[in-house]
Amino acid sequence: MTEPRRRSRRSRKVREALLGYLLVSPSLLIFGVFVFYPFLKNIWLGMYRTPPFPGLPKRYAAFDQYERVLTSPEFRNSLRTTFLFVAATVPTGIVLGLLMAMLAHQRLRGITVYRTIFSSTVATSIAVASVIFFTLLNPQVGLLTYWMGRQGEPSVLDDPKWALIAVAGVTIWQNLGLSFILMSAGLQGVPDDLLEAAEVDGAGAWSRLRNVVMPLLSPTIFFATIVGSILAFQAFGQIDLLTQGGPLKKTNVLVYAMYDAVFRQNNEGKAAVLSVALFAITLVLTLIQLRLLERRVTYER
Amino acid sequence: MSAEQARRRRTGRHLRTAGRYLLLTLVAAVVLFPIYITVVNSLLTPGQIADRPPTLFPTHPQWSAYSTAWTQGHLGRYLFNSFLVTTIIVVGQIATSIAAAYAFAFLEFPFRRTIFVLFLATMMVPFEITFFTNQATVVHLGWYDSYLALTVPFLATGFGAFLIRQSFLALPGPLRDAAELDGAGHWRFMTKVAVPLARPSIAALSVFSFFAAFNQYLWPLIVTKDERLRTVQIGLRYLSRTQVDQINITFAGTVLAALPLFVLLIFFQKHLVRGLTAGAVKG
Repeated sequence: MTEPRRRSRRSRKVREALLGYLLVSPSLLIFGVFVFYPFLKNIWLGMYRTPPFPGLPKRYAAFDQYERVLTSPEFRNSLRTTFLFVAATVPTGIVLGLLMAMLAHQRLRGITVYRTIFSSTVATSIAVASVIFFTLLNPQVGLLTYWMGRQGEPSVLDDPKWALIAVAGVTIWQNLGLSFILMSAGLQGVPDDLLEAAEVDGAGAWSRLRNVVMPLLSPTIFFATIVGSILAFQAFGQIDLLTQGGPLKKTNVLVYAMYDAVFRQNNEGKAAVLSVALFAITLVLTLIQLRLLERRVTYER
Repeated sequence: MSAEQARRRRTGRHLRTAGRYLLLTLVAAVVLFPIYITVVNSLLTPGQIADRPPTLFPTHPQWSAYSTAWTQGHLGRYLFNSFLVTTIIVVGQIATSIAAAYAFAFLEFPFRRTIFVLFLATMMVPFEITFFTNQATVVHLGWYDSYLALTVPFLATGFGAFLIRQSFLALPGPLRDAAELDGAGHWRFMTKVAVPLARPSIAALSVFSFFAAFNQYLWPLIVTKDERLRTVQIGLRYLSRTQVDQINITFAGTVLAALPLFVLLIFFQKHLVRGLTAGAVKG
């Protein structure tokens, strides 16, 4: 009597385990083929020189290629450009989003209409935003070109001094909606009576922001900074649509440089090294984020 | 005296409210301006667009740019492709995420913890790192220029599995004990109890993956060449390269490409906000 029951319990355990593997296997298969395999392959590809002509064998170069690519002026330029792009877009986007969120955080008739307008740019993709500004910056008929008094001159997108700033501007505008939504959600967590009490005590708008809102909002802001930076390091669409990495490589951010290496220079090895560098940057940012998350969880408990 | 004071306070308050509206309207105008001018320009002729001083309001709107963008610019086809690809990705992600999350939350099996860590690890490898190797894989599989290439790599997500697992784990203990059933019981428990209770997370994940999938740019650019498979984001790339005498069509195409998400924003604002903040504020 006990023997069959034990056996049936064991077979139930086996069945449960089989069901478990069955349920995780579709995801694991896709991760294996499209996440882990290409990741490992990129590390491996970085150790092989891509031949100058397709068809010739790859040459094993161990870590020589890593060293060569990572110390090249071209990589240093890409890295500097990417950091400049991140520094130009992320803090500005967060500050503007926060200001808009504070402005919309009041009980006024019709405020939902304003909230919808403030979030409206989430409905634009990076391609939509880029094409809008690409046409507005058209050197012949672009409205912004006209207002800047640059008609007849080359577009700002072809001007080495302005191209990166223009691309950053488009990116900031496209991100305004998301930034506003994130900051608004954070502000919901700031108790209204706390703000009202501060107002009654005579605290001005600036003092309320500095002494009441900022401390309570700092986890949201920190989180938005990390996630925003990770995404900004991956920028590609706006570069492809607006500048193609130019002029004079002034907008040649890392992902665009990878794209350029593979599809224009046929140099997979170089792209692989760049991808490992980008992974290292992402990893550092993610680890900071996880560390913060851990601390916040323990703090809440 | 006190009546005078009260009146002064009231006008002060009115002034402050008016000031707030003024500021709100000013900011709204700046945010909306690029979209507004795009709509206006889509209703003008190329000649009017080039006019100086610029036309900021269309007195005689011309709708022809829209029909041209839709038919000759193939925007209809591109939008169809985008919706098809997005729907497949969203449905696929929800299905694989629910399945995996269920296993992690309710089932015991060897290496469960290790496999879960692997799921989390996928979040550290963004697609922008692996895109060219994946493109080579897709070419190798013979999937170049196909809907398979556009969808299959995105049918699973570590973030989604994590999000839904969290809401499964939040189910009350007695309910979870009921999961200790045989095979048929698991299916019923999943569809009748677990999934309905996790609906907010599933909705949030749907919105999140809808946006991500609809707005994809890099991947469709490198795995398709055939115009019949072009998604609307890539369609815009080609539309933006037109001549100045067709620039109104570029504007109209941009409006058409942006319209679906705008409609979603207006009708589903609450869900949208919850979906987009799911990954951020709640951590």
